[in-house]
Amino acid sequence: MTYFLQQVVNGLQLGFVYILMALGYTMVYGVLRLINFAHADVFMVGAFLSYYIITRFHLGFLPAVLTSIVGCGILGMVIERIAYKPLRNAPRVCSLVTALSMSIFLEYFTALNFIFGPDYITYERPIKAIHWDLGGVRITNILLIIIGGSVLMIAFLYYIVHRTKMGKAMRAVAYDKDTARLMGINVDSIISLTFAIGSGMAGVGAVMYCLAYPQIWTFMGIMPGFKAFTAAVLGGIGNLAGAFVGSLIIGQIEVLTTGFIPSGSILRDAICCSVLILVLMFKPTGLFGKRE
Amino acid sequence: MKKLRSSSSWLPTLLFLLLVFGTMQFVSSLNLISVYWQQVFMSACIMAISALGLNLIYGYTGLFHLGQAAFYGIGAYTSALITYYWSRMGPKLPIDFLGLHFDLSMTAMFLLALLAGALMAAIVAYLIGLPVLRLTGDYFCIASLGFNVIVYVLFNNADRLIPVMKGARGMVGIPRWTSWPWVFIFTVLALFGMRNLVYSSVGRAIISIREDEDAADVMGIDTAKYRTLAFVIGSLYAGLAGGLYAHLYTFLHPTCFAWIKSCDPFLIVVFGGAGGMTGTIVASLVWTFILEGLRVLLPRGFESWRYVIYPLIMLMIMLFRPGGILGRRELGFLKPKGIEVARVERVPAAASAGSDRPEERGSKDVSSED
Repeated sequence: MTYFLQQVVNGLQLGFVYILMALGYTMVYGVLRLINFAHADVFMVGAFLSYYIITRFHLGFLPAVLTSIVGCGILGMVIERIAYKPLRNAPRVCSLVTALSMSIFLEYFTALNFIFGPDYITYERPIKAIHWDLGGVRITNILLIIIGGSVLMIAFLYYIVHRTKMGKAMRAVAYDKDTARLMGINVDSIISLTFAIGSGMAGVGAVMYCLAYPQIWTFMGIMPGFKAFTAAVLGGIGNLAGAFVGSLIIGQIEVLTTGFIPSGSILRDAICCSVLILVLMFKPTGLFGKRE
Repeated sequence: MKKLRSSSSWLPTLLFLLLVFGTMQFVSSLNLISVYWQQVFMSACIMAISALGLNLIYGYTGLFHLGQAAFYGIGAYTSALITYYWSRMGPKLPIDFLGLHFDLSMTAMFLLALLAGALMAAIVAYLIGLPVLRLTGDYFCIASLGFNVIVYVLFNNADRLIPVMKGARGMVGIPRWTSWPWVFIFTVLALFGMRNLVYSSVGRAIISIREDEDAADVMGIDTAKYRTLAFVIGSLYAGLAGGLYAHLYTFLHPTCFAWIKSCDPFLIVVFGGAGGMTGTIVASLVWTFILEGLRVLLPRGFESWRYVIYPLIMLMIMLFRPGGILGRRELGFLKPKGIEVARVERVPAAASAGSDRPEERGSKDVSSED
């Protein structure tokens, strides 16, 4: 039982990391109907930025998070401006291809020696890990920081989307771009903003991820990115609450298959995808997705 | 509509194909180009077969398919397993008792293995298509991606079931039987098959699904059936290409069939122009030679820039030619001659401008899933 609880706790940690990424995928999809493959690499850049702040400049945890947010936000906006904005009226597949291209470009460009380099780097945790024992279940301060940080970010996002004028505009753009433009909303800047917020969330997610799994390299974004994206689709892409629930489910599936199914650690990706396909079979737009 | 006629003359086509085949054969027999470049050319043709299959699924049917590498891998491993076992216990198999010459039986085995690989990919595609093809748009995309991840994980751990496949260590000991004539024959066969399919009534039905699925349904086209058909045939092509690949490089590793690799044929199809065969073939060649050419062109020490330059090229093409380099333009025998004649006869010039037949909408409107 304690083993099970321990696994659930580990799953929570993973799930809350995925949430921060999944929100970025789902926001961009909601606004542009675009699968932003480059999101995973924005995440990677965030991890490296925070690594440099912590290891090279010894500035500690909070400055690292802030740099990561700002850096990723700017990168997200730049990617949108270069790769997606010129193709706003082109067929949708074009932006999908540019998204893939940007993803490959970021991965290989940052792997060059004078950028981040191609090696695995150990990420020094800026915070000492402290363990507490709660009836056999081990809880670390890292888990609490991850959950706290994620909840804070989600609350912030919720506030922006549902309580501010900007958020209203964002929802309007997601609902109908052309009508939103007719209503005097500056669609381009709203889309830029969406990218900035989504990428900033990925930046926070990157620091959280590195706290939990302290190893970075330039291709590190692919797998968590894929999982987060799976989570977003599972919950119903374009839906913020769906991304939240989907991420928690994916986190639990991943950890529980590793913990309880023999040779589950090698099968967990396959099991995540099988669950996704199964869910899509019965609810073709994900758990909370709306039919268009 | 008038019955679709084939190209007026087969002679230029035949001559062109003979020229390509002869030149390559001549050049490689005289060692004018190295074995490496022969392999590159062959792998370009193999990629073209796989991309043609994906072009049917994505370009003509409009299914966002990002799992072509899975079927490629299924074909590769299936055919490799057959020839692996056969080449180790060849004399024991009845095919030699029939009095066949060894080379002949080897050829027969090679063809059988390729066929088995292609069929296996098609069967798996049919089975996975039953649930997955009900999804639409991006949900199909992510499901096919998910399927690719599943297949990748299975390949990685296949050694638990079939030790010979060696899982993550990579399968070795596959006989090297793929040669230029075979690659050429299969590429041409694939091309002809695709051309005849696309310009048949089945092809019309498939294209109508891309243009407007609801309208096609209303017109009495069994869209579910034709979606499945396109998906299965496209995967068959991928399986065939996989079999050829396995016997060209004689080494199979699961990472060759990871979902990242599914992006390659997809990029090729969009790069060449989705819904065009000429574009797909040209793009496969250009794509392979850009990647391999950069290896040679880049100065020493800058080889890792290959994958930095290549996405930039893709980006530029998408920004400046969103319909792909050739769009839906077809060349030579791939041109739908009959349709053009029919249009000129039936439709006055003014009306044809607003016509919504896929050939005339041209390269601007490549995908219209929304």
